[in-house]
Amino acid sequence: MIYFDKVSKVYTDNSVALENISFTIEPDEFVSIVGHSGAGKTTLLKMLLAEEKPSDGTVFFQSIDIHKLRRNEINHFRRKIGAVFQDFKLLPNKTAYENVAFAMEVAGKSDEEIESDVPHVLELVDLGRKMWSFPHQLSGGEKQRVAIARAIVNHPDIIIADEPTGNLDPINTYEIVQILKKINDMGTTVILTTHNKGVIDSVGKRVITLENGKVFRDDVAGRYIL
Amino acid sequence: MFLTNIRRVVKTGFINFWRNGYVSLASMLVMVITLSVIGAIIFTNVMLIASLDQIKDKVDINVYFVTSAQEPDILSIKQSLETLPEVKEIVYTSQDDVLAAFKIRHQNDQYTLQALDELQGNPLGATLNIKAKEPSQYGSIVDFLNSKTLSSRDGLPIVDKINYNQNKAAIDSLTRIIDSGKRIGLFLTIILIAISIVITFNTIRLAIYASREEISIMQLVGASSKYVRGPFVIVGIMYGLISAIITMALFYPATYYLGRATQDFFGGVNVYGYYLHNFLHIFAILLGAGVVIGSVSSYLAVRRYLKV
Repeated sequence: MIYFDKVSKVYTDNSVALENISFTIEPDEFVSIVGHSGAGKTTLLKMLLAEEKPSDGTVFFQSIDIHKLRRNEINHFRRKIGAVFQDFKLLPNKTAYENVAFAMEVAGKSDEEIESDVPHVLELVDLGRKMWSFPHQLSGGEKQRVAIARAIVNHPDIIIADEPTGNLDPINTYEIVQILKKINDMGTTVILTTHNKGVIDSVGKRVITLENGKVFRDDVAGRYIL
Repeated sequence: MFLTNIRRVVKTGFINFWRNGYVSLASMLVMVITLSVIGAIIFTNVMLIASLDQIKDKVDINVYFVTSAQEPDILSIKQSLETLPEVKEIVYTSQDDVLAAFKIRHQNDQYTLQALDELQGNPLGATLNIKAKEPSQYGSIVDFLNSKTLSSRDGLPIVDKINYNQNKAAIDSLTRIIDSGKRIGLFLTIILIAISIVITFNTIRLAIYASREEISIMQLVGASSKYVRGPFVIVGIMYGLISAIITMALFYPATYYLGRATQDFFGGVNVYGYYLHNFLHIFAILLGAGVVIGSVSSYLAVRRYLKV
């Protein structure tokens, strides 16, 4: 489903973020990408979202070369991916409901669909009561759950989670990981980056370990080893 | 889908305008200043043109005829002058009328009147008072006159003198003053409008700079650039709309207060009257300017932060 083919990324200041990375992610997989800060995890995910272009190599998504997409195709492509970030990236002037609804509006869903799906999804992440709160009125864990609700509302093919638990306490971290596992069980590919040992160990699925921009290990039922 | 998107963009624009209350207020204050400058320039131009016109109106030339000139000859000159496109108005004063006016002017001067009575007949010639449309056109009118100064009957000159030749310097310098007055006015207008547009543009850009994070999030979720940009442009249009209304409202007391003073100073033009009389016209100009400045500023400012 996703294929990184000898991908390298060298930034303009000659720092090498990724070097000759190749791996494949199958549908319905739950893949964790681990590594120290600066190992290239975020660069990898940015390439999947077409935020960064590889200096060399290609990234395929369902046999589409992501970096050959034109500007207006990138928008459509991104609607197939649900993204969750460490800093939540919620729209500060919109309520939880509106943040989730925005992703549906963008995807061209009708008002009826939005009105029925958004409360349902927020209910699913246990935020039914805080539907009309603004992000600044929510705790970190709640914000991340809004972000997850936004990511899954359009039934994407993949969820990309870039250190989603980085700013959360252990209990919230546990809850977020459980939600991601549930999403995966329902048949969505999940790609998670983290440097939290507990998270990796509790997921117990495939782990790709990056070190200095290279794939250091790729274990089918991995643990956090660095 | 297109209509749904338009509706959503407009709605989001309204909500953002309301939720970013302080930013909206600050931006509109700056916009009100811009529109006030534009409005003030409109009023100033009207008064400047009115007073220049008045000065222009005071310029004229008189053609004095010799006493032996026959009335039909003078009237035929008047007629041929009237065919000139430069001529605005000609007033013919007959010999008798000139004498009557002279007597009234000197009614307290017994010596002059007595001296006049000593003379037999009327020593004063008839006159033509000519007004041109533009002060610069007097030269050509005088040239035309010079070619027609002979009597049709006996071939003797009938024009005694034309006072243009004495007043030429004054008329020329007045023409120059009026011209440069207009040019300076235009120059100042352009400079002031440009400065205020730049200030408004920068204010709106700052407001959108605060939203750059939001813009990138919207794009990450997959929003097209049009869908991201739309609400900002709507907000820009609202700034222009509301600012134009506020500016018009502010001009009401301002022109009312200045009305009498301007009427006395600029002779005849009352800004308050002008404001009331041209209310819709001025409002349309301010509204158009505000909406264009607001929407174009927003459009350009968002473009900087659109990555896809």
